[in-house]
Amino acid sequence: MAHGPAKGISRWLFTTNHKDIGTMYLWFSFAMFLLGGVFALVIRAELFEPGLQIVEPAFFNQMTTMHGLVMVFGAVMPAFVGLANWLIPMMIGAPDMALPRMNNWSFWILPFAFAMLASTLLMEGGAPNFGWTFYAPLSTTYAPPSVTFFIFAVHIMGASSIMGAINIIATILNMRAPGMTLMKMPLFVWTWLITAYLLIAVMPVLAGVVTMMLMDIHFNTSFFDAAGGGDPVLFQHVFWFFGHPEVYIMILPAFGVVSQIIPTFARKPLFGYASMVYATSSIAFLSFIVWAHHMFTVGMPVAGELFFMYATMLIAVPTGVKVFNWITTMFRGSMTFETPMLFSVAFVILFTIGGFSGLMLAIAPADFQYHDTYFVVAHFHYVLVPGAIFSITAAVYYWLPKWCGNMYNETMGKTHFWMAFIGLNLTFFPMHFVGLAGMPRRIPDYALQFADFNMIASMGAFLFGAAQILFLFNVIATIRGGKKATDEVWENPEGLEWTVPSPAPYHTFSVPPEVK
Amino acid sequence: MTDSTQNSTRIITLKLLAVVVAMFVFAIYVMPPLYNLFCDITGLNGKTGGRYQPTEIVVDTSRQVTVQFLATNNENMPWRFQPVLQSVKVHPGEEVEIRYYAQNPTSRDMVAQAVPSLVPFKATDYFHKTECFCFNQQPLAAGSSAELPLRFIVDQDIPDQLHTITLSYTLFDITGKFGADEGAVSALVEPDTATVENTALAMNRFANEPAVSGL
Amino acid sequence: MFIRERRLFACLLVLVTGLGSSALALADEMAEGVERWGVNMTQGVTPVSRDVYGLHMDIFWWCVGIGVVVFGVMFYTMIVHRKSNGAKASNFHESTTLEILWTVVPFLILIVMAIPATSSLLKIYDTDEADMDIMITGYQWKWKYEYLGQEVSFFSNLNTPLDQIQNRAPKGPNYLLEVDEPLVIPVKKKVRFLITANDVIHAWWVPDLAVKRDAVPGYVNESWAYVDEPGIYRGQCAELCGKDHGFMPIVVKALPQDEYDQWLDEKREAAAAIKALTEKTFEFDELYAQGEKIYNSVCAACHQPGGAGIPGTFPAIKGSPIATGPMQAHLEMVVHGSSKNPAMQAYGPQISEVDIASVITYQRNAFGNNMGDSVQPIDVLKFKQGK
Repeated sequence: MAHGPAKGISRWLFTTNHKDIGTMYLWFSFAMFLLGGVFALVIRAELFEPGLQIVEPAFFNQMTTMHGLVMVFGAVMPAFVGLANWLIPMMIGAPDMALPRMNNWSFWILPFAFAMLASTLLMEGGAPNFGWTFYAPLSTTYAPPSVTFFIFAVHIMGASSIMGAINIIATILNMRAPGMTLMKMPLFVWTWLITAYLLIAVMPVLAGVVTMMLMDIHFNTSFFDAAGGGDPVLFQHVFWFFGHPEVYIMILPAFGVVSQIIPTFARKPLFGYASMVYATSSIAFLSFIVWAHHMFTVGMPVAGELFFMYATMLIAVPTGVKVFNWITTMFRGSMTFETPMLFSVAFVILFTIGGFSGLMLAIAPADFQYHDTYFVVAHFHYVLVPGAIFSITAAVYYWLPKWCGNMYNETMGKTHFWMAFIGLNLTFFPMHFVGLAGMPRRIPDYALQFADFNMIASMGAFLFGAAQILFLFNVIATIRGGKKATDEVWENPEGLEWTVPSPAPYHTFSVPPEVK
Repeated sequence: MTDSTQNSTRIITLKLLAVVVAMFVFAIYVMPPLYNLFCDITGLNGKTGGRYQPTEIVVDTSRQVTVQFLATNNENMPWRFQPVLQSVKVHPGEEVEIRYYAQNPTSRDMVAQAVPSLVPFKATDYFHKTECFCFNQQPLAAGSSAELPLRFIVDQDIPDQLHTITLSYTLFDITGKFGADEGAVSALVEPDTATVENTALAMNRFANEPAVSGL
Repeated sequence: MFIRERRLFACLLVLVTGLGSSALALADEMAEGVERWGVNMTQGVTPVSRDVYGLHMDIFWWCVGIGVVVFGVMFYTMIVHRKSNGAKASNFHESTTLEILWTVVPFLILIVMAIPATSSLLKIYDTDEADMDIMITGYQWKWKYEYLGQEVSFFSNLNTPLDQIQNRAPKGPNYLLEVDEPLVIPVKKKVRFLITANDVIHAWWVPDLAVKRDAVPGYVNESWAYVDEPGIYRGQCAELCGKDHGFMPIVVKALPQDEYDQWLDEKREAAAAIKALTEKTFEFDELYAQGEKIYNSVCAACHQPGGAGIPGTFPAIKGSPIATGPMQAHLEMVVHGSSKNPAMQAYGPQISEVDIASVITYQRNAFGNNMGDSVQPIDVLKFKQGK
């Protein structure tokens, strides 16, 4: 076996190297992030003013649907899998992933899934227009013909995620260097292990729910059709049984990333490592018993409503533990604020704000007013944008010098941060207000009292979008050149990945390191 | 990679794949029946369960419960579909029969399915149907009409705080779907005279009702 | 480096304190009920809506309180424990006391919140012994209201002119929140809503009543409101239900009992008058003119004002085989809807015989269809009855 990568396109097509595959995942997810971002900007442009200006309502619904699907399945999830590929083997002292050929497959089916999904935009009747939650019967009896392609695209994405998750579990359980016990693993590895189990448990449920849709549409079954003995509400239960763990799939690895970065820049070990592991596990467990809080208004017996309300409120406890741990890690440290730290600090603050609105949403009677308004949109964007997106960005700045051997441009990085930070708050903070004042989500046009805040939100969205172009530029410039990074990159960072040279050689830890 | 690592990797992979398959099967084959069972127990969605076999009946004449009847046509279901009575007051424990009137005004033979829903949800445990047209698909030949019977008992254990039960039927057109047999329509027997009389009564009732005023 | 860090930090601080103080300023503004920059949930006009508002504010202030403590410590440490200030890192990384404390305290706060939430929820679920019942059915994209036992029922459509939506005319004050026929209810009565849907899932939401319930086809949901002030309360559909989800508002008009009774009588008389019209024979021009109005309010959303439809989604009326074919098929389509495409609803139960006759006459003669024929309301009635 050659020691360097193969040359040309075949390097990427046939590679089984975890670093190459990680790189491809990250670039793919960035491309999807830009595509989903363009969809978001179409939405924000239409909502800049009341009235219909740019797109028709039918196309607007396609935009909201595609934005959600592309961001969740195309941007956030593959980005975390990319980080896992790059980092997990280096963090646990393994030479590669446990199942390298499957690793290649799990990446290369993704572009086909998204090409299929994107092609629905050009089909007669348009792309899926029923929201990323695709509630039946809007997504079955009333769906555009392209729904079949949507179903197959979801199947492929699901298969990719499942393969990725199996690979990650097998790697973590089997490939750790001698002495690397479970409770010595970096938190990023821990959170990914838990995330991978969540993926294994719920991605098949997503596959199941779209399969039932497919059968209802084409094979005359009636899972979700009351006329044949089914029930449209069953769809929502099955979907959210997948959907709630899914939102933790998008946030748990982010917890891991931040738990790696904050100790480095506070120059202090992570506070409460063990309680972090337990908190993550209990969040994962709770995620299976809270799904119906997405359905408080759908009509449930009061006992069910109470159960899901209490269980949901309970999530605040382990989540609070994590936030307190991060802050205590910073406490009496010796902090500096390079770009990864800025993004991590913003993560803690803004994710906590998203957590507060989450707690408000858990209160079932109040949720009758919040449900399906912009308050919910504000909530989940506060959790996902500063949560998932900021942590991914922080991770890229933090490990990029290790990956390519060059330091990024700190000024540009900080400019990126402040543009993104201000853009994000301008976009999503006013959404709390319009939501409380009564603006439903997923509408292409709105009443006049919502106009001012919507205009601000639209301007913020374009600022946030512009910030990402700067990010792209900074990353490309760093890959092509710049100041050489040291092997440690930062001041005494914790972890095996900092013991290898920068840039990390194509093969690392062919001989397992000794972990004390 | 050593042989033992490869071996345990294979075992883990197989185990995880088994979990994946199990969860997929769980979603398609277990969750729907589980959900229905859950609905039956909790009254979720106002599902009223199947045919009830009365055990020992004690009629509680000391109080009355109002049972309201609603009818809705789903989508483009063109039938006329109405309860003959809008509500009845019943004693808990007594068996009551009421009828829904249905007419197929179109020139094609059709099959319908009525889907029951009952509110408040907590009343579902105390509402038992001994006979219901919703247990079967209902065929009607072009232009014909029928009275569809419903027999029920409000349980004698119904809590005192519950005074009103609302039972709604939504009528779905399932002609040519879900194994609805159009042959069943042609095999329909002529309605007996009693039903015809009732139908005439029902027709009179409708004649007195204002049409939907959309202006 | 040192100075720049400082400066950036000051910016962050200003921004966050800005957010914090605007949250406080916000509390004042809410009390005054700022119209233009609507920033908070309405208190509403029912006992339940005031309960919900109270819960919302309680949990909000709990969050603000926790936020002040947590972010206070965080900003303190970020300002003081900086390398640039010469801070030396300590090495502590565990404290069982602390960890137990911050598990137990939040748990206690949650219990304090859960108690009033539970009692409000039980109140919302107590729909028994209502004074009157209204059945609400969601359609793509309108609402039907049926006063049970009163023999009154009607559809409620958006009536904001298309010109306003397409920016050809200035927008009115109730842009997108106005309907042709509001739901009228009496004040100081427990009104129970029975909510269902005809096609896809909708959600009936009026913030001032704190009522939001999904309308699910085949199933009935219930909720209730006891409005104590006369007034007009506006809401919208809150569940994505297709193309015009943003264009099916809800308007509730709460009237004193005597005015409500009067309205109910007028409603019945109007229905009788329309019924009487069914017997009348109309001139072609009358039908055509009325048909144009009905077409624009009922049909044009999908088939488009020029009758060209949207290719691939909504068929054209212009030159269509139905509108230029036999009358019977045209009646069948309008009265009973399409059996193949659920988007074409059955209008028989939705609009009066006069309107059906008018719109069919219009469709057969507008857009260059020029069939030259027309249909009378009495024929529509006969068709409906299967004669």
